Amino acid sequence: MNMPTSSPGQPVIAINGLSRRFKSKLALDAVSLNVQSGQVFGLVGANGAGKTTLIKHVLGLLKAESGCVRVFGRDPVADPVAVLSRVGFLSEDRDLPSWMRVDELIRYTRAFHAGWDAAYAERLREQFQLDPGERIKHLSRGEMAKAGLLLALAHRPELLVLDEPSSGLDPLVRREMLEAIVRTVAGEGRTVFFSSHLLDEIERVSDRVAMMACGRIVLQGRLDEILEAHFRLTLRFPTPPAAPPKLPGALHTTGGGLEWTALCNGERGELKAAAASLGARIVDETPASLDEIFLARVGGQRLTSDNLLPAAR
Amino acid sequence: MQLHISSKDGVPIYRQIVNQVKYLVGSGRLAPGEELPPIRLLAEQLVINPNTVARAYAELEHAGVVTKRHGSGTYVSDNGSPLNRAEKVKILAQRADALVAEAQHLEVEISELLELVRERHRAMQPKG
Repeated sequence: MNMPTSSPGQPVIAINGLSRRFKSKLALDAVSLNVQSGQVFGLVGANGAGKTTLIKHVLGLLKAESGCVRVFGRDPVADPVAVLSRVGFLSEDRDLPSWMRVDELIRYTRAFHAGWDAAYAERLREQFQLDPGERIKHLSRGEMAKAGLLLALAHRPELLVLDEPSSGLDPLVRREMLEAIVRTVAGEGRTVFFSSHLLDEIERVSDRVAMMACGRIVLQGRLDEILEAHFRLTLRFPTPPAAPPKLPGALHTTGGGLEWTALCNGERGELKAAAASLGARIVDETPASLDEIFLARVGGQRLTSDNLLPAAR
Repeated sequence: MQLHISSKDGVPIYRQIVNQVKYLVGSGRLAPGEELPPIRLLAEQLVINPNTVARAYAELEHAGVVTKRHGSGTYVSDNGSPLNRAEKVKILAQRADALVAEAQHLEVEISELLELVRERHRAMQPKG
């Protein structure tokens, strides 16, 4: 079995100051991020935020206009074979040849990969309940997604890149996809870079997340640290303040009259002192969900748990 | 070991695991010496990142709730919690003082407060 060969400490994906313009639209704006070996990195954002464009740069399908992209320390545009042989990719549109049968597609894809594990492919096919004689064009959406994931996993890549892996799938298939991803990470310590607008799945499987809006990364870090650093404080005033109270580190404040609630990202002691200096008493402190944090950070571009609003106008 | 993970309430998943395992140990649903599921298995069952389970187990070990045995697995510590009774009472007394003070401030009767504590305890019972 081939073990991951990236040198220790070197990030599997390193992106530095990457910008990309499509005509007048700035699709990526000075994006920087690192994905370390063994990590599950989740990219969150609404449609049109730049997630797919970013992923295309990682795969070498787009050349960096400015900034730098390295995968396993190499340039994926200059050295596609060396990079892509170590990457498994599932695209959002899952462009599989519709006229092939499942078994033909597996044999066909196998020919491209020296490290193809036929026994593993067969195990996945059984697990995903894919009929080998079925034509791709007759597969359901969920079966198509599972076929795509099988092809991405069966050569046991060191890096798995998934663009919206469960987009448009029903909850059962979505769970199956996530289970397969978790198993991949758990069993073999692979690195996963995936995008999703489903905060629930991001939260379940990611170590690190980056939130994207309008081509920019608005927040990134360890998921548990992000959750612990954000909280809601409810302040109560003896008399209604003339204007919404301003707390240092408050991202978003709602309320009215005597009670106001602020979603905060700051040092708790400092915030409490600030509240006291405004003459307010803190009556409640609750954790903020990833959904609320995202909303407060990107402002207005709401992601619901199941579907998303159309891309930014 | 029945755990329930929710991503709605903003509590990090590793912390949900830590809290629930502590609760299961505290309530005797996990007995001293009992083995916790291996990290990979629990991650697959809950469909969460194995690194998250590893972090939760490390916290539980640090808190003395579980013990790792070399090359074998993770087990509930023999004394469940390393704190003796006096230490436990001391920790809880601080919390109780704060709670009682807040109740007085809000003009909530002690009987009402005790009923609330019982109610919260019931609400925390694992479902199913």
